[in-house]
Amino acid sequence: MIEFGFALKQTRQENMDKVSLDKYNRLLDLEPSFKRCFQCGNCSATCSARQFTDFSIRRVHTSFRRGEYDGLADELRKCMLCGKCTLVCPRGVNLRSLIISMRQILDEPEKTGRR
Amino acid sequence: MKIHAYPYNDFVIPFLIGTVLLFTIIIFKYIKWIRRFSDEQREVIRHNWYSWKIIPAVWEMIREGLLHVRIFKKNILLGIMHQAFALGWFLLIVVGAIESRDAFYTMQHEQSIEYLRELQQQNGWHFRTTGEDKNPEYLNQRRYRVETEEGIARIDYDRPFYVGIFYRYFVHKAPASFRKHKGYADMMDALLLYVFLGLTMAMIKIFWSKILGMRRTTKHTLVDRFCKFSLWMIFPLRLLAESVTACLYGNGGFFTQAVGNLFDPMIVRGMETSLWMFYSLMLGVFFVTMPFTRYMHIFTELLLIWFRKIGVTEGPRKTGYTYFELNACSRCGVCISGCPMDKVLENHEIQSVYLIRSLRNQERGSRLKMIADNCLMCDRCTVDCPVGIDLSALRRMTRDKGKLDTTGNYKYLAKKQAPFNAIGRVAYFGGCMSHLTPGITESMEKIFNAADQKYWYMDRQSTICCGRPLQQQGFLNQAAELRQKNTDMILKSGSTMLVTSCPICYQSFTKEYNLNIPVIHHTEYIDMLIKQGRIKVRHDDRKVSYHDPCELGRGCGIYEEPREVLNAVTNLQKTRFQREKSVCCGFNLGNTKLGIEEQTAIRNASLENLTSKPVDAIVTACPMCKKAFQHATNDYPVRDIAEVVAENLIN
Repeated sequence: MIEFGFALKQTRQENMDKVSLDKYNRLLDLEPSFKRCFQCGNCSATCSARQFTDFSIRRVHTSFRRGEYDGLADELRKCMLCGKCTLVCPRGVNLRSLIISMRQILDEPEKTGRR
Repeated sequence: MKIHAYPYNDFVIPFLIGTVLLFTIIIFKYIKWIRRFSDEQREVIRHNWYSWKIIPAVWEMIREGLLHVRIFKKNILLGIMHQAFALGWFLLIVVGAIESRDAFYTMQHEQSIEYLRELQQQNGWHFRTTGEDKNPEYLNQRRYRVETEEGIARIDYDRPFYVGIFYRYFVHKAPASFRKHKGYADMMDALLLYVFLGLTMAMIKIFWSKILGMRRTTKHTLVDRFCKFSLWMIFPLRLLAESVTACLYGNGGFFTQAVGNLFDPMIVRGMETSLWMFYSLMLGVFFVTMPFTRYMHIFTELLLIWFRKIGVTEGPRKTGYTYFELNACSRCGVCISGCPMDKVLENHEIQSVYLIRSLRNQERGSRLKMIADNCLMCDRCTVDCPVGIDLSALRRMTRDKGKLDTTGNYKYLAKKQAPFNAIGRVAYFGGCMSHLTPGITESMEKIFNAADQKYWYMDRQSTICCGRPLQQQGFLNQAAELRQKNTDMILKSGSTMLVTSCPICYQSFTKEYNLNIPVIHHTEYIDMLIKQGRIKVRHDDRKVSYHDPCELGRGCGIYEEPREVLNAVTNLQKTRFQREKSVCCGFNLGNTKLGIEEQTAIRNASLENLTSKPVDAIVTACPMCKKAFQHATNDYPVRDIAEVVAENLIN
């Protein structure tokens, strides 16, 4: 079932101090335009892959921003890179580059010595 | 007894070493590359080796390897420069070889012992004797004595291959019956002057490249510059050496003799051999450095043309053919002038010439990645390239994503696709981007209905991407998976023809897919409908300019059909950069690295070109381009060809 986001969810608490944002910062280096994202969700709304499956690029990059990387690599593989998201983004975020960069970062070996 | 006479002087050694090294290295490299050809490429070569295809292949080798017709079409002065170096030098070698052959034939024919003695005394020819009456004394004495007891059986003039290069030094005076001597000298001088003409152009190009039609020239590495210097020095040194010889012995043509007469024989006498030595040395230096510099293109380009003409094509991954392509690049820099990245964004590092150089130098790491990624893939350089290298394919190859390029990513597509029965219908594929421009798809549906054509709008609800965006970014496996899904869908439907509205999909369907039904773009389809009289259109009085989408024009060569459709329904205005020179709208899907700022800068340049003359609307044939221009301007309506036609339909 497609999740519209209206269901009751358990409260979640995240301690941002304990989350490693190394990967997120590295993403910002690779794709600085991501800073402009205000999470409107246009990218997900227009997504070609979204029409077939429960894949939300907005959810993916929001998780990435929060430092929750579990399962994101597999999720990102659903993207067809067609570029509609990039075209509709009102903030001019280069989403195709963002997706490739996220995949690259998630693929990189874990660095020792976390912050 | 036999006397073998042959010209030799120590100064030929650098030339000999250079030549031997050059051909050893080149042949070694070629064998290495040919061994890396893929099996299909080998099969193509084997199959076409003795076919009629070699005739156009040889013709193009002459046309592009020597005459440089494509560069002539770009700019006459630039053409003269390239042709002078290639054809001029080639003819110098060929005519020199013919001249020496001719002269030696006459010498041989005359069997004159006086002439032989003259050669030996004046020009330092060497000789050796063979035969029964072999007397070592002859060899020890530097001077040949005619007074042998049995007389002379025969003089054999050996002709080493370097004679043609140093002919004027070795033959001061032609044999008495060789009357063509002066004529040959004049011809060689004319050819040398021709090369000098090219040299002058090359000098002008350094300071004022614009009059040779180049906005910007290539920044060369030190090795390239050094090799270029040795090449440029060859011809002045040849002139000097020949002039000095002409000054001393009067054997020059109209040019070298005229230059030679300016010298004082007393002064230059001692310099003659050294000048020839320098000439030979420069040839040697050039030959040894050649395989490691851009001048490797001289022979490789010919082979590349041969391979291409007999049907070898670039694969998705690196093969032996790729090495030929990389080395056939002369770094002429023609690809730089047209590049929108250079023109608009002032990025002078990423043009195809630098990509090829990095690949040839086997660079790895961030610089190569930067060069490979920073490109719109608008194909402008591919069209401009006088060698015809598939530059976009090389860039795609460099973008290969390796282990990121996974398989089995799109299993979710299998569930949703119900097979559709479309036997006898035309399948219509809007493409991802057309979903953002519903005007195009609605117009196409209108046109289908007006033509009474039953159609199957295969991606009305949801689109499976054609795979080209992934292919362009080096996700080859993923792209292949998507292609498989679409192929299955189209073939299962039983449709007779595939019409697509998106040039990106069109190029993918025609070049990357293997469908057994015709695939056409909607501009071709509408053109066909109008010509067959299946739809009636009226001609309005709007003036429009047409933007050639990269993928449709340069990518697939569709220039005529959109123009014919537009001429039928409205008044098409010419723009400054059109057809293969059209400026990319900046939003080409081949690019991911450029951000919105850079893209809009290129788009504005493209828009400026389209609106340089007063027009009522901008027309294009690509949803992507349409979207790009739509965002940019409120002054001009931006239309797709399908929309313009749908507006002008007469029912």
